[in-house]
Amino acid sequence: MTNQLRLALFGVGALCVGALLVWGVLDLPAFGHYAGPYGEIIARVVEPQRHMANAVTAVVFDYRGFDTMGEELILFSAASAVALLLREIKEEDTISVVDAVRSDALNGVGVLASVTTFVLALYVVAHGFISPGGGFQGGVVLATAFLIVFLTVEYHAYERLATTRFAEPLESFGAGAYVAIGLVGLGLGFSFLENFLPLGVTGRLRSGGSAAIVNWASALAVAGAFVLIFSEYLEGNMAARYGRGRRL
Amino acid sequence: MLPYLLAVWIFLAGLYGIVTSRDLIHTTVCVSVCQSSTYILLLAIGYRKHATAPVYGDIPSSRRVVDPIVQALTLTDIVVAVAVSSLLIALALRVYDSSNSLDPSQIVGQRG
Repeated sequence: MTNQLRLALFGVGALCVGALLVWGVLDLPAFGHYAGPYGEIIARVVEPQRHMANAVTAVVFDYRGFDTMGEELILFSAASAVALLLREIKEEDTISVVDAVRSDALNGVGVLASVTTFVLALYVVAHGFISPGGGFQGGVVLATAFLIVFLTVEYHAYERLATTRFAEPLESFGAGAYVAIGLVGLGLGFSFLENFLPLGVTGRLRSGGSAAIVNWASALAVAGAFVLIFSEYLEGNMAARYGRGRRL
Repeated sequence: MLPYLLAVWIFLAGLYGIVTSRDLIHTTVCVSVCQSSTYILLLAIGYRKHATAPVYGDIPSSRRVVDPIVQALTLTDIVVAVAVSSLLIALALRVYDSSNSLDPSQIVGQRG
């Protein structure tokens, strides 16, 4: 297909799709005047019913916990697929990796930044039901703490800290624990992923009931998935540069 | 109305990028652009005038808040987008391994 024909075809298609979308958008409630009932109901009942201050996290891990499980498994399967697609590099190929930048000051600041980020991540996860944050956000921050080690300290230190041997079980444990909590509730006579533990006091760290455990499980799964994805890409890149691996 | 139209515009811009893309990594970025239009659409739908974030840490429970459900949807949407991007880039790397090119028209056994 020539480029002109492609563009002409796209032009026609885009006009139709665009017109359809604009037509659909015209019937939406005016911007700022959304009147959907469900969000309003959740916002009113989340505190008295679930003792959670953050309505968004309450929706993600409690009211829509089942949907989030699907979401979690999408991330899980994507990370596994990335590992499957990229894993042909032998670990010997990355032995000769030399870090281009060596500076004690940079290493020192890097370790400090990594540790601070690690603690921040735990804070973001733990306060998911109290302030903005939660398992997904905190999990990503947690993975970043490991990436900072690669960026500022050295590749081998990152490799030792975040080996796929450690990231993979972490990811699987998180995803498995998420499902397991649902099954435990089921065994105790509740619905799947229904909140079955004491809800605690709103605004306290020990609030959230069993959704708080689900929150931590998803944090581990997300952190494991991201570290796994980072590691696979980094390993491939390093093997291509320094080892006998493929050339990128 | 403008934020909705912005979402439509970003979606079409991303689509244009996908159609004219000569590089699979570029295609992946364009897919992310398309996906980001859905965040704008979702957040725009849930927005309410004079409302604040649905976190009741230090606001009275009578305060008007934006819709928490679409925000939760956006959150999971972002996670899926990241998963899709990482998978597409891994696939692009494998394509590069087998055909030494990222240009869809150069890839052996594929026309586009």
